[in-house]
Amino acid sequence: MKISKETVLYVADLARLNLSDEESERLSDEMGRILGYMEKLNSLDTSNVKAMEHVEPVSNILREDIVEESFDRDLILSNAPDEQDGAFRVPRVVE
Amino acid sequence: MDYEIVIGLEIHVELSTKSKMFCGCTTEFGGDINTHCCPVCTSMPGTLPVMNKKAVEYAAKAGLAMNCSIANYSKMDRKNYFYPDLPKAYQISQFDLPICKRGYVDIETEGISKRIGITRIHMEEDAGKLLHDQWGKGTLVDYNRCGVPLIEIVSEPDMRSPQEAKDFAEKVRSILQYVGVSDCKMQEGSLRADVNLSVRPTGSSVLGTRTEMKNLNSFRSILRAAESEAKRQIDLIESGGIVVQETRRWDDDAGKSYSMRSKEEAHDYRYFPEPDLVPIELSDSIIEEYKKSLPEMPWDRFRRYTEELGIPGYDASLITVSVKTADFFDRAVESGADPKTASNWIMGDLMKLMKEIDTEEIPFDGSGLSELIALIEKGIISNNIGKTVFEEMFRTGKAAGDIVREKGLEIVSDESALEEIVEKVIDENPKSVADFLAGKEKAVGFIMGQVMKETKGKANPQMINGIIRKKLEALKNM
Repeated sequence: MKISKETVLYVADLARLNLSDEESERLSDEMGRILGYMEKLNSLDTSNVKAMEHVEPVSNILREDIVEESFDRDLILSNAPDEQDGAFRVPRVVE
Repeated sequence: MDYEIVIGLEIHVELSTKSKMFCGCTTEFGGDINTHCCPVCTSMPGTLPVMNKKAVEYAAKAGLAMNCSIANYSKMDRKNYFYPDLPKAYQISQFDLPICKRGYVDIETEGISKRIGITRIHMEEDAGKLLHDQWGKGTLVDYNRCGVPLIEIVSEPDMRSPQEAKDFAEKVRSILQYVGVSDCKMQEGSLRADVNLSVRPTGSSVLGTRTEMKNLNSFRSILRAAESEAKRQIDLIESGGIVVQETRRWDDDAGKSYSMRSKEEAHDYRYFPEPDLVPIELSDSIIEEYKKSLPEMPWDRFRRYTEELGIPGYDASLITVSVKTADFFDRAVESGADPKTASNWIMGDLMKLMKEIDTEEIPFDGSGLSELIALIEKGIISNNIGKTVFEEMFRTGKAAGDIVREKGLEIVSDESALEEIVEKVIDENPKSVADFLAGKEKAVGFIMGQVMKETKGKANPQMINGIIRKKLEALKNM
């Protein structure tokens, strides 16, 4: 299966990645081979197989609606590359 | 050419759980920036979300109240996009297996009822808030709201006028408030609507190209944005242009919408099942249990008020719009007030005050009104004083009896006290007395008014009327 360079660049764009020509060539080939491998599944008749939404056969892992103490703000911001007035600061976003 | 407007709404509503959807941080509105946060809702690596049981219950109940079928099996998905309001770079939402599907809401527009289809209701988490700092160096982010549980209600494109869109949004809000799954406080952004709108020549069955206006946070702006967008699209088509599918931003102050992206980037959210959360299974019996626990809905109350309590349909429809006025009415009747009398107070004085002060909160319950009505009926205060007392109750939350006592508002029925006042007024108004003696009946009314003024409206009107006549007749025979 062949993944076109356009598709690679489109996916890279969605993931905010800048790829060099060489990288996108290589990825076009690698992604093609990965999808080719998955292609095998299409040779099977899965019309009677239920979609697997989750790996574990469990459901309803829920918590009660109880408020717990939040973290100290300084601690929350301690991993932020940039902050201002108690807020995370990120590059300007234009609406 | 005549055009038909086609509108569908997506309404986002914050659920009134106490804690966030996937962590124990509070959902309380306000609070200092980033003080309702923990590693889960700020997306620290290695953290895992755990679903809030109440959020699932509330979402299912909202669906049941809007006549949806509730999924026995649903799951959460990741909606991927980069925007700093979501620190994970994806939003946990629902894609192909939402918790509620295929419902409807009945609305009434200008006296005509209409059924609006609900395509689906799904659960998702709210995003943080971006604060644009005025110096332009960057964007500041507050994650207090991030992770608050939301439901998104998606309607069918069943509305045919901006007014219908507004009526639908109001009805949805009313229903959710009745069920008690959301306070729907517009000013706190807990209900926001996206308006999808297209136009087509009347009679056509093909949908035109639609645009979407996001994040409208008042009913008025839904109405205005839809009116303005319909006009823009019609004008565009009439002048030979073509409507482009796009997202537009509504500027409520300017009364105009603007295209949000010049080059529309196709949305590709690459949804996939959220691997950190397991599916949600709701058995028929639990769904039935939720259904049974739904409170009496506005249409049921309307029926009870009109059929059992004999309230006119117009009154009943206004009282049932908000669960707060309906509860107030029920409580008043329960505690002994005559239904029609209680309804008159609610339709008149209460709604006027709520509108004047621009609030939806009533600081006392219906039993307060029934106490006030009893004071009037027992002749302890006059109807007019009653209105003043009611306003005082509304503004201070004090009980009717206390206000009457504190301010000495009881009707004066002490005959000798009233006689004294009448005599004083008669002495001070010789001209009116002369008028009466000359046969002018009107003079009695004037004297009566003066006595009322002296007693600040507290005199028993029948008694003073009798006393005035007695005194005047006596003068006549002198």
